[in-house]
Order: sequence, then C-alpha cells, then structure tokens
Amino acid sequence: MARTLITVPQDAKRGDVIEIRVLIAHPMETGYRVASDGKQVPRDILRRFTCRLDGEVVFAAALFPAISSNPYLAFPLRVERSGTLSFAWEGDGGFMQTETATLNVA
Amino acid sequence: MTRALASLALGVLASGLLAVGSAHAQQDPRRSGYDDMSSATQAMQRDDTQNPAMLFVADGEALWKRPAGSDAKTCASCHGDARTGMRGVAARYPAFYGSLARPVTLGERLNLCRTRQQRAEAWRAESAELLALEAYVALQSRGQVITPPDDTRLAPFRARGEQRYRRRIGQLDLACAQCHDDHAGKRLGGSTIPQGHPTGYPIYRLEWQALGSLQRRLRGCYSGVRAEAPPYGALELVELELYLASRAAGMTVESPAVRP
Repeated sequence: MARTLITVPQDAKRGDVIEIRVLIAHPMETGYRVASDGKQVPRDILRRFTCRLDGEVVFAAALFPAISSNPYLAFPLRVERSGTLSFAWEGDGGFMQTETATLNVA
Repeated sequence: MTRALASLALGVLASGLLAVGSAHAQQDPRRSGYDDMSSATQAMQRDDTQNPAMLFVADGEALWKRPAGSDAKTCASCHGDARTGMRGVAARYPAFYGSLARPVTLGERLNLCRTRQQRAEAWRAESAELLALEAYVALQSRGQVITPPDDTRLAPFRARGEQRYRRRIGQLDLACAQCHDDHAGKRLGGSTIPQGHPTGYPIYRLEWQALGSLQRRLRGCYSGVRAEAPPYGALELVELELYLASRAAGMTVESPAVRP
C-alpha cells in the first residue's frame, strides 16, 4: 500500500467551493530511463485518478510519464451535502489503491 | 609621533569595524536555501499538505511505533512520544558518541540505537526506512535554533571539517568555500548558488524526486567538482557536516525541507 495524504476542509458550508488536496507516494517511473546495467527501467506510472462523492464521479485526471514522482493533485469542489469521498489511483502493473474521507457540510 | 598617528589610525579603524559589526548584528547575512527558492517551491515546503516529505514523515511515525529486533522493542518503549522526547534533538546533531570516540550524524545515531538497543539489523544508508525515521525525528525540531553541542571532544573533528571545506579538490580544483562563501548568491548555470547551510535535512529535493540526506547532497558536490566521493558514513563527510552545523549555528531548523 502506498502512503497517501488527503486534505479535506472540515468547515465547509452548503454551496461553498472547497479545495481538496491529495498526495500519494509513487515512483512515476517514466520507462525512458536506463539503469546502471544498461537495461531500460520498465514504465511504472499512475494512469488515472478518480474522486467520487457517494459513488458519483466529481473529479478525474489522467496522468502521464512527464508527471513527477509522488504526484500532488489539488482540485476545487462545490459541496452541497455531506457524504463519503473516495479517491482511487490506478496505475501500471495492476496498481490500484482506494482511500476514503468523510465530507462534512454544515 | 608616528606611534601616535598609528594609534589614531587604529582607533578610527576599530570604530569603523565596530560600526560594521553592529550593522551585521542587526541583520544576519546568512541565508537559508529557502530564501533563494521560487515562491512555488517555498509554498510546497511551507504547506504540509503539499510537501512530499510528509509522506516519509508518516512512514517514520509508523516506524517509531513498530517493534524491531530480538527484544521487540519500539523507539517509543524507551523514548516515549517523539513529539516531546525527540524535541530539539536534530538541532544538535552531529554529536559526539562516547563509545565510538567520534562524532555521529543523526542517521547513524538512529542506526546505533537500532543495533545496540533494539538488537535489530542496521538500515542501509539512504534507505527509505532510515530517511523516513530521520525525517520524523527531525520534524520534532522544526522551528528550533541549530545549536551544535559545546563539546570540546568535537573540536578537532570540526577543525578538520573546516579544513576540508576550504581545501581545493577534484579535477575542477574547487573548494566548497569558493562556491558557497565567495560566490554564493550568484548563478551556476540556471540555479542560484546557495550559502550551503544545512537547515532542512533530510530534504525532499525535486531534482532527486525523493528524500535524501545531507551526505547525499555533499557527495553530489564531490562529483560536481569531479572528485572521488567518500562512501556514506565516512568520517570525512561527518566532519564536514559537523563544520557546516557550526557554520549554521543560530539558524532555524526547517526539516523536512523542499529544495529544487
């Protein structure tokens, strides 16, 4: 399991636009590098990030080899109700990680 | 007559020096690498939700509480809560380690605790575990003042460190001091030459895309001037670290810092 840091503001009111921040530990190996033994290092990147609120997709992003390791994403979200946010990262080699966070809207 | 003139001249000179001294006392001419970074990189360091080093800190916190070795002791079994027990520790290292009769870095000290107290295997230098625990311990000193220990046994090592800092090495025949004292603030290629104060180690360096120790950074400079870099843990590097810590005494710990 990769380490993640997820920041969801807890003082949001109905209709507010909040900023959600996610950070995940991942090498984002481009596949273009050559190791000291002369062999190409196989590509190992995250391909897709999806954020869902109670199952409904509210934000998604495609990631590419040019994105640096330990990718950080911040995105705005207009919140109308409380719920459970789920964050999913999918990557090469069957990488799949899902984390959840509670969204409290006053 | 000449003597009177000379003493007058000395007096004038001394008052001039005094004036300069007091001006310097008001404003420290030393700059952390932080001051020379872009505002985006500064923001990355300031904000724990953006700083990738905090991923390692979270790992380090888990390691602090994880039993290791034959006695299954954790760091916390002896030192308790790191937030109180490790407060200010990183601001003092490198420090003298009596039974080895030499100074050790914070990372070496963690490994000594691991082998001698926990009876576990030492972590490899620059391994993810060692850097994570080091970052977690160093974080507990963030905001504190760098205070190298006032230990006379350290003096000869520190003096040798300073010699190394000023000695020209490598095919480029450059000393640390030539870049980081004489030309600090100017440009080397696209980057600003920092004054070389180790205020934020272990650092998350964007160039490395990873967390790294001060020794990794020093070895980078060795190969930069095309000298043979000493291996990790070499006394030569520890002595340099010791001198750099005394040179940065009084500056603020930023660990874990972000650098470009």
